[in-house]
Amino acid sequence: MTASFLGEDYIEIRDLTVDFDGFKAVGGVDLTFLQGRLHFLIGPNGAGKTTLVDALTGLVQGTGTARFRNRDLLAMKSHQIVRLGVGRTFQTATVFEELTVLQNLDIADGIHRKAWSRIGARRRVSERVAEALEVIGLTDLAGKPAGILAHGQRQWLEVGMLLVQEAQVMFLDETVAGMSAEEREETGDLLRRIAPGRTIVVIEHDMEFLRAYADFVTVMHAGKVLAEGTVAEIQANPTVQQVYLGASKEVEVDV
Amino acid sequence: MTTDSGAISDVAETSTPMSRAWRDPRFSPANLFRSYGGLIAIALLAYALLVWAPGELTPFRLGNLGKYCCWAIAAVGIGLAWGRGGMLVMGQGVFFGLGGYIMAMHMKLEATGPGEVPDFMSLYGDGTMPFWWEPFRNGAFTMVAIIVLPALISFLLGYAILKRGVKGAYFAILTQALAVAFSTLLIATIKQTGGFNGLNSFSSFFGQKLNKSTKQDIYLMAAGALIICLLIVWQLYRSRFGELLVATRDAEARVRFLGYDPANTKLIAFVLAAVMASVGGALFTPLVGIISPSNVDAAASIMLLAGVALGGRSTLMGPALGAIAVGYGQSTLSETYPTSWTYFQGALFIVVMLFLPGGLASLWTKLKGLMPTRSPLDRRPVSAALAVGAEAAK
Repeated sequence: MTASFLGEDYIEIRDLTVDFDGFKAVGGVDLTFLQGRLHFLIGPNGAGKTTLVDALTGLVQGTGTARFRNRDLLAMKSHQIVRLGVGRTFQTATVFEELTVLQNLDIADGIHRKAWSRIGARRRVSERVAEALEVIGLTDLAGKPAGILAHGQRQWLEVGMLLVQEAQVMFLDETVAGMSAEEREETGDLLRRIAPGRTIVVIEHDMEFLRAYADFVTVMHAGKVLAEGTVAEIQANPTVQQVYLGASKEVEVDV
Repeated sequence: MTTDSGAISDVAETSTPMSRAWRDPRFSPANLFRSYGGLIAIALLAYALLVWAPGELTPFRLGNLGKYCCWAIAAVGIGLAWGRGGMLVMGQGVFFGLGGYIMAMHMKLEATGPGEVPDFMSLYGDGTMPFWWEPFRNGAFTMVAIIVLPALISFLLGYAILKRGVKGAYFAILTQALAVAFSTLLIATIKQTGGFNGLNSFSSFFGQKLNKSTKQDIYLMAAGALIICLLIVWQLYRSRFGELLVATRDAEARVRFLGYDPANTKLIAFVLAAVMASVGGALFTPLVGIISPSNVDAAASIMLLAGVALGGRSTLMGPALGAIAVGYGQSTLSETYPTSWTYFQGALFIVVMLFLPGGLASLWTKLKGLMPTRSPLDRRPVSAALAVGAEAAK
């Protein structure tokens, strides 16, 4: 994008390997996620996309290095990684269903508060929470329990929680899966709006969504990086075409 | 209870462009009720226990009610740990017993007189007192120990268990095993703790002879402690900690990815529950006049749980009222059917968990759920609700 390389945040991954009892779900991946662009991570089922993100967020153990702000994410615990400014969502949106939309966001806001302040009740809504409510368009539903939200709204609430916790890096796992066409568009525009100044990595299957919003694409296959480039470059890549055309055969091998 | 429709109309009235105040939870009547309605309920209970009961009940009945209050104090802690924290604490008898035995040791030493050793030690042992009994002669030390000892032990236990991510059935079995081990240990150490007889034959309570008026004072202390515990959890439930605890219960992994260590949140609830159980036990001993392994073992722990489950484990008043009800049931039914009460109690626990997991407190919501909802927002089709969200996003 337009910003200069110097002073930008980035995650530099070198030789990342995740080994499940001999099965290499991720096998020696080198990748760099740069600030300010919508970086899409695609690949057939079992390509290792989610496992890669799991390793970067402390959910599974990985070897290699993943540098972010001079720290190695692979050597840190989940909540420490979050406090460093790396957030994620999950394939199935997990929101706190019994709590209201506002309470959900407020808990995400807790990262900016001292632990002692939790003894008190909430007296006012923080600026961050109010702003996130506007951005994700759930202001009118702030007082409603998150359990009544529609599928798309839950995903937006999750993005809102990442905004509130001021995550500089966001890993979004299949955020638009199961959304209607309008919801996809809303989501894409939302991501466009929040992308400047942040590092956003989107795991996706939806090719139409990818064509519309991706700044940069990494294709994974069988735990390795198959190809990288802009949407046009990826679409023209013969190996990528082959993998996607022969996907049904690969799924059996990978899963 | 304020209905949902009340909350909605309030939003509609006040969400004018110039005022975004409705967003502040303080200004919605539904939320005001949710916040302060609990205080009204606590005040009503305080009136019944502290004003009405002492004037109306016979000393015997009052003593029984005091006993139920002690169980209720432990139950309030279980409501916090289990109902809000998702930790099925099946061994609260351990902490109940810890408080009960600490108090009993002090009272026993008071009844024994200076220089003497408690009677059972001469009866079963060689007439020497273990060194760790000595500090409990001191009343102040005893009172501090009732709070600090269970806090320390539950912190160490909880730290070891929760930091390892032990939860669900494994957590429940572990705590249950502790209760079994604790009562077995007490029975095995007859020379030091009085064994299966427990500790009894007290004569005074912190210098006051155990007569009718002292017993009434102890009753008032138990009832007062219950009210204080309820006020503590009332504040916790409306605090951000309370929200975080519920969030941790419902989606622990998600909480982790918001930058919290869920083990810390649960640990606080676990320690508070242990301290409350200990306070309950400490007041139980002088009211009943005896503490024995049967008051602290697995069956006693489950009796506490049964009350909490019956009343509604995640509600404010449910655990306390449920424990009082189960205590009352035990007293009256066990007079008529002394042997079958335990079965009845187990059956009650199972039936409630199967058919009414939210306890009696959830009956109202369940019945309301059977009737058509009157909330305009809930009745709207999903697509309409989506449109609102989409519009606002622009």
